[in-house]
Amino acid sequence: MAFNYDQYLRLEKMPTLWCWGCGDGVILKAVIRAIETCGWKQDDVCVVSGIGCSGRFSSYVDFNTVHTTHGRTIAFATGIQLMHPDKHIICVAGDGDAMAIGGNHTIHGCRRNINIKFIMINNFIYGLTNSQTSPTTPQGMWTVTQKSGNIDPTFDACNVAIASGASFVARETMLDPKKLEKVLVKGFQHRGFAFFDILSNCHINLGRKNKMASAMENLEWIDSITTSVKKFEAMSPEEQLNKLPTGVLKHDETAREYSDMYYQEVIGYHQGKRKVITQDDFTKKI
Amino acid sequence: METRDIISTGNDLAAIAAVDAGCKFFGGYPITPSSEVMQTISDLLPAIGGVCIQMEDEIAGVAVAIGAGMAGHRTMTATSGPGISLKAENLGLAQMCEVPLVVVNVMRGGPSTGLPTRVSQGDVRQAKNPSHGDYRSITLCAGSLSECYTETVRAFNLADRFMQPVFVLLDETIGHMHGKAVVPTVEEVKNSIVPRKKFTGAPEDYRPYGVGADEAAVLNPMFEGYRYHYTGLHHDAKGFPTEEIETCRKLIQRLEDKVMMHTDELELNEEFMCDDLEANDVLIIAYGSVSLAAKEAIRHLRADGIKAGLFRPITLWPSPDKRIKHFTDKVKNVLCVELNIRQYTEEVERVSSRLDIEGLFKVNGRPISPYEIVNKVKEMI
Repeated sequence: MAFNYDQYLRLEKMPTLWCWGCGDGVILKAVIRAIETCGWKQDDVCVVSGIGCSGRFSSYVDFNTVHTTHGRTIAFATGIQLMHPDKHIICVAGDGDAMAIGGNHTIHGCRRNINIKFIMINNFIYGLTNSQTSPTTPQGMWTVTQKSGNIDPTFDACNVAIASGASFVARETMLDPKKLEKVLVKGFQHRGFAFFDILSNCHINLGRKNKMASAMENLEWIDSITTSVKKFEAMSPEEQLNKLPTGVLKHDETAREYSDMYYQEVIGYHQGKRKVITQDDFTKKI
Repeated sequence: METRDIISTGNDLAAIAAVDAGCKFFGGYPITPSSEVMQTISDLLPAIGGVCIQMEDEIAGVAVAIGAGMAGHRTMTATSGPGISLKAENLGLAQMCEVPLVVVNVMRGGPSTGLPTRVSQGDVRQAKNPSHGDYRSITLCAGSLSECYTETVRAFNLADRFMQPVFVLLDETIGHMHGKAVVPTVEEVKNSIVPRKKFTGAPEDYRPYGVGADEAAVLNPMFEGYRYHYTGLHHDAKGFPTEEIETCRKLIQRLEDKVMMHTDELELNEEFMCDDLEANDVLIIAYGSVSLAAKEAIRHLRADGIKAGLFRPITLWPSPDKRIKHFTDKVKNVLCVELNIRQYTEEVERVSSRLDIEGLFKVNGRPISPYEIVNKVKEMI
């Protein structure tokens, strides 16, 4: 039986403002399918988005939805999550949101390991505002603010998330929606901060000036720069240099989730249910 | 009204008042001279099952608090001028989305880092318009220890009534002053709580922003079956982005009118020895900790045979325009005393249509003494 997306969509908001051939719609469908697989009720889900093409994600899906300021999704979501630790909070942000203006919140959301599912739609460019350089724009590519070619070194978003302490980190592309859905389900069911770097195309505002003017050409490029984490690990450092590994890159089920710690330990202490928290309560002491 | 005595500081009283008023969430970032608000509430909130979180920066400090407000809870942040500068964009989002929030701002000197440990009232103009765009700030200003408590309680009720951020301005002097505050009992405060409006009809009939032209949005708590949308974009009755001309105009006009057509619910002033003022007497206008020096000065002036009185706005924004004009029409000698340069004097000039308002301003981080006011008044008359 065909999957019923309509139940989860605000159909009166269709069509989306995304360009023809944009990958964001594929990601939206994968997220909806993952939510259904997890069995989450629509009333129990909150989607928080930032600014940019990805920012419009929240207005198309029929959950509790919040369209916030540029880069601040995690901060708003943290307030919602801490007051409702049993609900499901999903952030949707772009690469500019997550890695540039909101980089600090990304780092600290990962560090706290709070139960937020953070989806970064990475199209390597500021798409909505017409091709300004993003922290993930590859060096040498044309952008409207660096017409001589981008010289800014790039962020590897997953490495940032891993180094910052996120307990679940994965990278996927929108080229394989089935695989994407599986990885999303895995991260959604994990209790802790789940960081997803999902590669998507922007043939209009990245592709046209970088020799991939069609969606297919843009997607072929994404395919050429990605490889499964297993194959990646078998590669030489030279081969690894221009490849991004896909799949689950980190999954630590032992890391404690922030709101769980707050409610059990901090509130427990202030309500006389436990003694003061000391370093002995933690295996990692520094 | 049943009262009780609390011996504490202004900052601590704001924290205690918040919890008594039903605040369940605090998000913030340390900044002198407001840090004690977070330090105190970090003990009080978990004891009642609430949450206090220290965020990674000022921007996140207000965003996390707005998030809790969006979810439906009474929520607060505290900061000082530089923090407000950083929080400005998200305060604008709270204005646009109509999310109730209490912001305690313990003022220090500026611009920039200024004099972090000294007193100033430099954030009065900023409190009127911290963020870009059209909206009306509601700003209360405590003039005593007791008011650090009562104005914080009032701020929570006004935030839920008007569905927007409400500022409580303290200054370093009042925030760190230690003494006895006479405040209402917890029971009195609980009885005074008026929670935000809630829609109880069928979810398909729910229009969070589809309210009367001078009414505040009706935002139900999250996760209760009323799924709607918050956005900082211009939005329609259901909260969804729109560029439709009339809808956009009505939305922004409503943000203005929901406050300005109900200023009677906001206005609160103190009139100290003003009853017997005549045309050739002296009216002093001051607020916050400065009003304490002004009252002392007035006692000295009256002992010297100079009739003076104090008009003290407690709600600074929107300003009590009619009441100020009533006095400035009546009394010739008007003196504004502020720990900034002309920030409220300009408002007094505007509402009084007078350009001969005298000012006594101090911006070196030190409080104004009663004698400075006495001397200034004697120069004036």
